[in-house]
Amino acid sequence: MTAAAPRATGRVLRLFLPLALYLVFTVVPFYWMLLFALRPAGSTSLLPWPLTFEHFDTVWNGMGFRVYFQNSVWIALLTLVFVTFFALMGGYALARFKFRGQRAFLLALLCTQFVPGAMMLIPLFNIFQTFDLINSRWSLIIAETTFQLPLAMILMSGFVRNVPVELEESAMMDGCGRIRAFLAVVLPLLRPGIVAVGSFAFIGSWNNFLFALMFLNDPELQTVPVGLQTTIGENTVDFGALAAGGVVAAVPVVLVFAFVQKYLVQGMSTGAVKG
Amino acid sequence: MALAAPPPARGHGLRRALAPYALISPTLLLLATFLLFPVGSVLYYALQHHVVNEPYDDAFVGLANFRQMFGDEQFWSSLAFSAKWVFAEVMLQLLLGLALALIVNETFVGRAVARALVFSPWAVSGVLTTSIWMLLYNPATGVFHYLAELGVGNAGTSVLGNPDTVFSAAVVAELWRGVPFFAILILADLQSVPKELYEAASMDGAGRVRTFLHVTLPHLRDAIVLATLLRSVWEFNNVDLLYTLTNGGPAGATTSLPLYVAQLARKSYDFGYGSALTTAAFVILLFCSVLYLRLSKFGREK
Repeated sequence: MTAAAPRATGRVLRLFLPLALYLVFTVVPFYWMLLFALRPAGSTSLLPWPLTFEHFDTVWNGMGFRVYFQNSVWIALLTLVFVTFFALMGGYALARFKFRGQRAFLLALLCTQFVPGAMMLIPLFNIFQTFDLINSRWSLIIAETTFQLPLAMILMSGFVRNVPVELEESAMMDGCGRIRAFLAVVLPLLRPGIVAVGSFAFIGSWNNFLFALMFLNDPELQTVPVGLQTTIGENTVDFGALAAGGVVAAVPVVLVFAFVQKYLVQGMSTGAVKG
Repeated sequence: MALAAPPPARGHGLRRALAPYALISPTLLLLATFLLFPVGSVLYYALQHHVVNEPYDDAFVGLANFRQMFGDEQFWSSLAFSAKWVFAEVMLQLLLGLALALIVNETFVGRAVARALVFSPWAVSGVLTTSIWMLLYNPATGVFHYLAELGVGNAGTSVLGNPDTVFSAAVVAELWRGVPFFAILILADLQSVPKELYEAASMDGAGRVRTFLHVTLPHLRDAIVLATLLRSVWEFNNVDLLYTLTNGGPAGATTSLPLYVAQLARKSYDFGYGSALTTAAFVILLFCSVLYLRLSKFGREK
């Protein structure tokens, strides 16, 4: 008893107090947004009561968020598919083959991380103009896929490397071709990697702001972050709409996050990055 | 990069030799067209006078853009802001992320929920962060308003409108969504510390602090170096938050270098000069990164 009490106090001071403080810092901003989104305009209550959905009606139907939402979903899903597919191909090549130029290719992948996307806006705009892709959702999908692929591929090669090569070998001994061996043996074991890489791609694409701002002019094609920016305007008075737009932007990301949470720590491990 | 032993040769030698190139070809194509080519054109235009809406003045000007840069006060002030921004963000994110990872690595009831909550801002975009913190910072709607009613501090001042407070306000908003990245990466690495090391340390009678300094921290070194490097580059290049939260203001107090270039492109269409600034930023980033990797002895055996 006498020995346990100070230890318990130590644990509270060392563990639970800082954790509680940090949780307040994390959760209060989310709560503030929900509060303004769900309570009537002009209310000063600290609880979202009486509950109202008028602000969601304003942004969803009045401010075009329904269209923005659909656009963002399509763009993010297609980016997810392309990034995951190309990352699987390249990641497999990096993990399972030795080829001339491999080190240079890896170095190039790492170097892309130093290229500031924001500063590539004008040259990218020019290129998309030549391909007649300005005001097309493909410009976003292509740009996002390009900027996300390098890190996704490095991550994926780490996941492939973690699959024992013997499994593939024995399948190939049994007469499978390399592709069949990959599909039947390696792919199912890559599930955590595919989930991690795919959800990073989805979230990155969903959150992208500058590319959409620059490459799309037509409001019918615009995405959620740009829609969100229009609610931010310097002299905003409609805080309900600002908050409700934020909730709309947050929902898909929170759902994806809840889904990958489990794989997140594993997917980000530097073991995967360093190989 | 340690390479796994290649599987036994099968099929034709030529097909096998070409397979990896076929597999990376879509990526090569994308990177060459939409990344390498734009980078090349930036390098090219850095040596040109090129204002988009005055095409008749286009000409090769050698290093004139760079000379202009050295005399440009706004370049130096935005570069100084970027350095301050990256340093503050990465240091604070690392310290808080490390502390947080150590905390949620312990065993306690409700750990899974605590982890999920603490990590959740990781997935939030810069624009959404702005929306949320706008509400929190606004004198009419923010937490300061409520705190003032409780007698803590005074409301009525806009922290984003005041040059003295805007930096800290922006730093805190970015911290909110930046800390989880470090916490996740470090937690992943904490879980790979061999248990025997801790057992040995405790047998030697090492206390909590000594164990942390001599066992945990050395093990985390590479993860920390990599995370701080990636994050520095990312924070340097990141414009979404500052663009929407302060738009570089008030009076240019929060204009980072990329933000300055973006404003230059949109206001004056001076692409030649903007390209010179981009080139300078790229060189500075690359130089600092190589220096950092050298100094931190990344990847060396301990």
